[in-house]
Amino acid sequence: MKVVVIGNGMVGYKCCEKLIARSASSPLELVVFGEEPRPAYDRVHLTSWFDGKTANDLLLAPLSWYTDNGIRLHLGDPVMQIDRTHKTVTSYKGITEPYDYLVIATGSAAFVPPVPGMDKKGVFIYRTIEDLEMMKAYAPQASCGAVIGGGLLGLEAAKALLDLGISNTHVIEFSPRLMPRQIDEQGAAILQHKLHQLGLKILTGKNTREVMGNEAVTGLQFADDTILPADIVVVSAGIKPRDELAKACGLATGPRGGIIVNEQLQTSDPFIYAVGECALHNNMIYGLVAPGYEMAEVAISHMCSDHKAFTGFDMSTKLKLIGVDVASFGDPFPAPDTCHSIVFEDKYKGTYKRINITPDGQFLLGGILIGDAAAYNLLLQTARNKMVLPANPEELLLGSRGTADNGAGVTALPDEAMICSCENVSKGTICQAVTDGHETLDDVKKCTKAGTCCGGCTPMVKDLITATMKAQGKYIRNVVCEHFAYSRQEMLDLIKLKSLRSFDEVLDHYGSGEGCEVCKPVVASILASLWNDMILDKGNDTAQDSNDRYLANIQKGGTYSVVPRIPGGEITPEKLIVIGEIATKYNLYTKITGGQRIDLFGAHLSDLPDIWEELIAAGFESGHAYGKALRTVKSCVGSTWCRFGLHDSVSFAIQIEERYRGLRAPHKIKSAVSGCIRECAEAQSKDFGIIATEKGWNLYVCGNGGSKPQHAQLLAADLDSDTCIRYIDRFLMFYIKTADPLTRTATWLNKLDGGMDYLRNVVVNDSLGIAEQLEAAMQLLVDNYKCEWREVVENPELRKRFSHFVNAPADKDPTVKFETMRAQKKAAEWK
Amino acid sequence: MSTTHTTTGTWFFACKTTDVPTNGGVCVKYNDEQIALFFFARRNEWYATQNLCPHRRQMALSRGMTGTVQDEPKVACPFHKKTFSLKDGRCLSDEHECSLTTYPVKIVDDRVYINVAEIPVMAEV
Repeated sequence: MKVVVIGNGMVGYKCCEKLIARSASSPLELVVFGEEPRPAYDRVHLTSWFDGKTANDLLLAPLSWYTDNGIRLHLGDPVMQIDRTHKTVTSYKGITEPYDYLVIATGSAAFVPPVPGMDKKGVFIYRTIEDLEMMKAYAPQASCGAVIGGGLLGLEAAKALLDLGISNTHVIEFSPRLMPRQIDEQGAAILQHKLHQLGLKILTGKNTREVMGNEAVTGLQFADDTILPADIVVVSAGIKPRDELAKACGLATGPRGGIIVNEQLQTSDPFIYAVGECALHNNMIYGLVAPGYEMAEVAISHMCSDHKAFTGFDMSTKLKLIGVDVASFGDPFPAPDTCHSIVFEDKYKGTYKRINITPDGQFLLGGILIGDAAAYNLLLQTARNKMVLPANPEELLLGSRGTADNGAGVTALPDEAMICSCENVSKGTICQAVTDGHETLDDVKKCTKAGTCCGGCTPMVKDLITATMKAQGKYIRNVVCEHFAYSRQEMLDLIKLKSLRSFDEVLDHYGSGEGCEVCKPVVASILASLWNDMILDKGNDTAQDSNDRYLANIQKGGTYSVVPRIPGGEITPEKLIVIGEIATKYNLYTKITGGQRIDLFGAHLSDLPDIWEELIAAGFESGHAYGKALRTVKSCVGSTWCRFGLHDSVSFAIQIEERYRGLRAPHKIKSAVSGCIRECAEAQSKDFGIIATEKGWNLYVCGNGGSKPQHAQLLAADLDSDTCIRYIDRFLMFYIKTADPLTRTATWLNKLDGGMDYLRNVVVNDSLGIAEQLEAAMQLLVDNYKCEWREVVENPELRKRFSHFVNAPADKDPTVKFETMRAQKKAAEWK
Repeated sequence: MSTTHTTTGTWFFACKTTDVPTNGGVCVKYNDEQIALFFFARRNEWYATQNLCPHRRQMALSRGMTGTVQDEPKVACPFHKKTFSLKDGRCLSDEHECSLTTYPVKIVDDRVYINVAEIPVMAEV
C-alpha cells in the first residue's frame, strides 16, 4: 500500500504515526509533503516559543524518526496538483508521486478580514513559527500593539505581543464579548476584568474598517469612526480551511470553505481522505487538535479496513490565557429551557464558574470556568460519561464541605472514561499501565502517550497513578499491615466473597507470614461483622484482641472487669440485688458507668466463668464492653414518667439495644434515645442518636464524645420506628463495610467523600442501590446473635481457657495485689 | 523447634501440647516463677519467655497476641502493645525497653518441656 500525506502539521504527523503503527501487518510506502521548512511541531504550545523553547523543542518527532521509519519526507515543498485520474500528486519542486490512498492534511490559514490596508508593514498573522520570527524581528521598533480578534487565538497572540515587550497592547473583538464561542457574557466580563488587571486592554463591539498608515501601519480605524494608534498589528480573527488543492481537482467543498468528508473522513473521491482543520464534517470545521487526532485515527483505520466512525467531537477546551485559566466544556450555554445553570462568581478573586445540569438535576451538560479551572477534568469526565450527579451539584463547583479529597473523583470514573482526549487514552489503559509497573508520570506518558499533547489531563493521570498504586497497597499504605496487602474494606469484600470463617483461612488465602497484633483483630472483627459466629470458635480465639479473647476488659494488675448488659439502663431491684450479691461474693469493686450500666472490677481470670454463670442464671447477658461492638443505648426516662416526654424513649432504647447487641464493627458504637428535645440522653454525642419529635423520631449519626468531641448530624427527621430502624441498619452496615480499622463513625464521616449529603443519599435515597443488601446483612447478624458468655459457661472446653496457669488451673495469679479505698478495693498502683 | 538447643540445665514438664491454643500462649507455673509458653502452629515452633512484661511489670505476656514481623516471631503485651522478639526477647517496639528472658522448649511426643538452666532473672525496670 502506498500512501501520500499532504501536509506535515500536527494532524498530518498523527496520520504518519498511525500508519507506522499499523505497518507491521502489511508493507507500507509512505510519502509526506510539507510546506513549512521544518517537520511537524507542537502548534498548540506555540507561545512557549517566547518562553525560551526553541523550534527544536517543539518538534513532535525529530527528522531521524521519519528516516528510521522509512518515510520519504519532502519539506518546504508543497503539493501543487492532484491528478485523480492517474492517482498522482505533483509538488512545487516537480516531484510526482503516485498513490493508492491520499490524505489531505493541509490544515488552515489565518482568516484575514477583507479590510483595506492589511498588506501594510507591521501587520502579521499568528500561525507558524515563521510568523513568530517575523513578529520578533519587527517588535523592537514597535511600542503599541493591537490584536484583531478576541477569541482563543487572539488572546494567545496578545500574550505573544506582551512577551515581545509591547506592554501597551489592545485586543479588538468584533462581537460584544471576548471568546464568544466558548464563554458567556458574565464569564467574559470576569475574564476581561482579569486581563485588564494584567495590563491588557480590551475593546469589544469594534468593527475594524481600515488599517491606517502609509507603508507601515500606524493605527486602526473602526466603523464608529474612532481610531486606535498601533504600530504592530496581529490578525487572529479565525481560520480558513486550506481547501484550494481539493477545489482545483474537483473534490466537493463547502460554500464557506472546507473539504467535505463523510464519517470515515473520505472526500467525494473514496481514495482521498481529508483530516484536521481542512476537513468539513457535518458542516463543522474543527479548529482544535484533539478532534484532528481523532480524525487521523478514523481515516487511517478505515484505510486499513477497520470500521471506525467520526461522529463529531465536543469542543471542550482548557487553557491558560496570560496566566488566567479559561475552560469551556460540553455545552457551555444550552437554551435556558433545556437546562438549569448553577453559577458561582467571585469578583474579588476574579473567578467565574457555571455548570449546566439537566432539569431533573441528574446529569451535567457542560459549563464554563474562568480564573480557576482546577475542576475542569473531573467536570468534563462527569459530563462525558453521563455520571449521575451528587444530590447537591453545587459541590462540583464549591467542593463538599469539610473534605479536601479530590482523588475519589477519578476512582469513580468508569474504565472507558477518556482521560486524554488528544491521544484517545482511556482510564482503563492508564490504570493497566500502572499495574504493569509504570508507576511514574513520565513512564505512563511514554507508554500510553496520555498527557503528551496538550497536557491538560496531566493532573488526572497523576491522580490515577496514585489511586491505582493505592489500590495495590503501594503508594499510600492504607493496607492493613505487612501480612495483608489490602485495605480493611477490600479484606471484607474478599472474605465475604470466599465465605471464609477463620483467621487461618483468611491468612492462607490472602496473607503471608503469621499475622500480628494489627491484622488479627481486624480480620477477627470482619469475620464477626460478616457472620456473627461465636468469636472463640474455629481457632479464632487467639486472633482476638486480648479483651475479646477473654470476653472481659483487662485492668491494671491483670484482673478483669465484668459488665452485664442493662438495655436502656433499665433494671429491676431484683437484678440490682443479684449484682450486689455477686460483687460481694467475688470481692469486686462496683461503679456505675457512663453508659447507664454497672461495672464490676477486680475479677480473677479463673473466676470469670463462675461470675458469668451466676449472672446468666439471673437473666443477664454479655454487655460486650470488651469488644469493638455495640456498647450501650442510653435513654432518658421518657414519656412513661417524664411530664415533658413525647414518646417512650426507654422502650425504644431497649428495642434498639436488643437488636444490635453483639454487633461488631471497626470500632465501638454507642447510642442513645431521648424522649424530647431537652435531650437528656445526650443522643447527639453518640454514633447514632434518636430524639423524639411530635411526629416521630429524628435520627442523628456520627457523633462522638472522647478526645475530639463532635456533634452528630441529622440524617432523617420525623421517622416512624420501623423506618428509623431500617435506616440504622443501613447506616451501621455501610459503616461496617467501608470504614478503616479502629475508625469511629465521626472520623469515618469526616473522611467520607461527599460527607453527610453522600451518606444521606446512600442511606435514605439508596443512591448505590444497596439498601436491601445492607438490611439483609444486618438481619443475618441479628438472627445469629447468641450471648457468647452463655456459650462459654455451657462449654467445658472453652471454660478451661479461663485459668491463669495451664499446669495449675486452681491457682490464681499470686502477684495480683489490691489496696483499699473508700471501703472498696482498688488495683495496686503500677510502677 | 527449640529441641535442637543443646542445653545443660533442667527440663521440666510444662503441659500437654493440646493444652496450648494454636497460635496462642499459656502461662506455666514453675515453682514461684511464671513462664509464658507460645505455640506457632503454622510453622510448628514453640517459644517460652518470662510472663512478666517489663514495661509496667504486669503478668500478662502469655495472654498477648502472637505474630511475626519480617518473619521474626513476636508477642504483643495486652496492656500497651509493646512487642517482644520470641527469638531473643528484645523489645521490638521500644529500643529502650528491657529484654525478656527466653527459655528453650522441647517437645517429646505430646509433652512440652521447658529448660530452666539459666536462673530466670526478672528484668529490672
